[in-house]
Amino acid sequence: MKSLNVKPNIDKPDDFYASLLMAHDGLSKEESEAFNARLILILANHVGDSDVLTEALRAAAR
Amino acid sequence: MKKIFETPLYPYERPLDLDSKDDARHVVAIIGAGPVGLSMAVDLAQHGIKSVVFDDNDKVSFGSRAICFAKRTLEIADRYGFGDRLVDKGVVWNHGKVFFDERKVYDFNLLPESGHRRPAFINLQQYYYEEYLVDRARELAIDIRGKSKVTHIEQTDEEAKLLIETPDGSYGVRADWVIACDGAGSPTRSMMGLSFTGRVFEDNFLIADVVMDANFPTERWFWFDPPFNRGQSALLHKQPDSVWRIDLQLGPDVDKDEEAKPENVIPRLKAMLGDDVNFDLEWVSVYSFQCRRMEKFRHGRVFFAGDSAHQVSPFGARGANSGVQDVDNLSWKLAAFIQGHATDALLESYNDERVHGADENIINSSRSTDFITPKSEVSRIFRNAVLDLSERFEFARPLVNSGRLSVPCVYDGSRLNGVDHLEGGPHRSRPGSSCPDLPIGDGFLLDHLGGSFTLLSVNTDIPDEVDISGLRVESLQLECSDLMQERYLGAAQQAVYLIRPDQHVVARWPTYDEISLKKAVRTALGHDV
Repeated sequence: MKSLNVKPNIDKPDDFYASLLMAHDGLSKEESEAFNARLILILANHVGDSDVLTEALRAAAR
Repeated sequence: MKKIFETPLYPYERPLDLDSKDDARHVVAIIGAGPVGLSMAVDLAQHGIKSVVFDDNDKVSFGSRAICFAKRTLEIADRYGFGDRLVDKGVVWNHGKVFFDERKVYDFNLLPESGHRRPAFINLQQYYYEEYLVDRARELAIDIRGKSKVTHIEQTDEEAKLLIETPDGSYGVRADWVIACDGAGSPTRSMMGLSFTGRVFEDNFLIADVVMDANFPTERWFWFDPPFNRGQSALLHKQPDSVWRIDLQLGPDVDKDEEAKPENVIPRLKAMLGDDVNFDLEWVSVYSFQCRRMEKFRHGRVFFAGDSAHQVSPFGARGANSGVQDVDNLSWKLAAFIQGHATDALLESYNDERVHGADENIINSSRSTDFITPKSEVSRIFRNAVLDLSERFEFARPLVNSGRLSVPCVYDGSRLNGVDHLEGGPHRSRPGSSCPDLPIGDGFLLDHLGGSFTLLSVNTDIPDEVDISGLRVESLQLECSDLMQERYLGAAQQAVYLIRPDQHVVARWPTYDEISLKKAVRTALGHDV
């Protein structure tokens, strides 16, 4: 069973974070929410594995 | 031209029972002559069990109603002898389009698996299915009593008693078993004071069947939030005889009677189809659907089947199709019990297996409903995100849910299942699943299965026939083919399958062994082993 990677795994954390915020620049709250939803779906598909996704849902819920 | 549903197919005749002093005794009384009740009578008759069918009407159902008949239903109809009539008349479809807002986001091909006699689906008005059923019931000399309303029901340990109201007065009958197939509003359920709980969706749908000579292809078109029905959904589907099914979501809080008036329906349809398309309204209905079931489908000598036991939203064609699967499940069990081969536990397994089936249908149709009609802001945001992505990215298309179409239920974990000792055997044909079809000789495998227990062997010898405590088990010994390897052997070199009369797998082994077979047959008949 695969498990969720909760160790640092992003190549360039500061760059990614800046890009993420930049992507939301100029978007209304509604547009931002739609953007986030699309992003979540794209990333979830990349992960694919249902055990990992379940674990991610739990992790996000704290 | 008079429509089928305007013609009495089982007109009232004054029953002899009215004049007899004693209440007549029947083995099985079926309440309701709809698709489920008549299937039940036909299936029982094919097992050698006589029944009498009571219906308060004398015609098949009004309007098209159910229009999508799934492969499993067609396979069951093959067993009843009218599968060809259904498929010859029906419209076979595999293609569909999904629209979002003003644009088409993608189209799809269901790409059904090859090597099956029957297609994944046909579209056909329910009244044709009922008409063919009535014809079959006539061939089997089934006693169908029109304009005979059951007004009272009671039961003891020994029997059930019914009171039947006719245009000439009332009479009583006694029956060993009663099957209530009297629809979502089941009067039998009410008379017995049984509850029917679940989820009611606060939404209304306009269903219109229109006759038009239009050039739309034979496809399923589904719209999310289209300009002609803002904020709602719409569906267009083709039926035989140039009839098209149109579903328009109306939202909560509508006046149903008002919405069903032609002067309100026609402008809606014109907005959808365009002003230049000429059409006639054949049938219009406004309804709010529900997902719910009875807690138990068996109450002593009374069984509930079809909509009387469970209801789902229409997305996924799980209404009539699941009702026919109820019948497929119940009839052989009741016949085996009446003929003295089975225990009461076999009858109880109808409840377990079909409640499992109903729950599966309710989950699937509730999820479709949540996608089509998002219940919260965040649900709508995700729904729209999926639809947006589906236009550009293939990955999002499996998430689009405009109805997950009915597939046969697998009775995983049923007490009737025997062992799965076939190492490397395919998952799809594990105990509990319905047998996958494949071509053999000039016909198909499923032609040779069903109606009785069958022992199927591939690449290994089995006896020509086996008798287990007076019950005959048929034998079918076959050579392997590529599809047989894929669907029944998997990684194994040979196999022996025990198959129930409803074409579901009981158990499977690599080789034949009489003791194991006897044990499996007894398990499948509800005996403790």
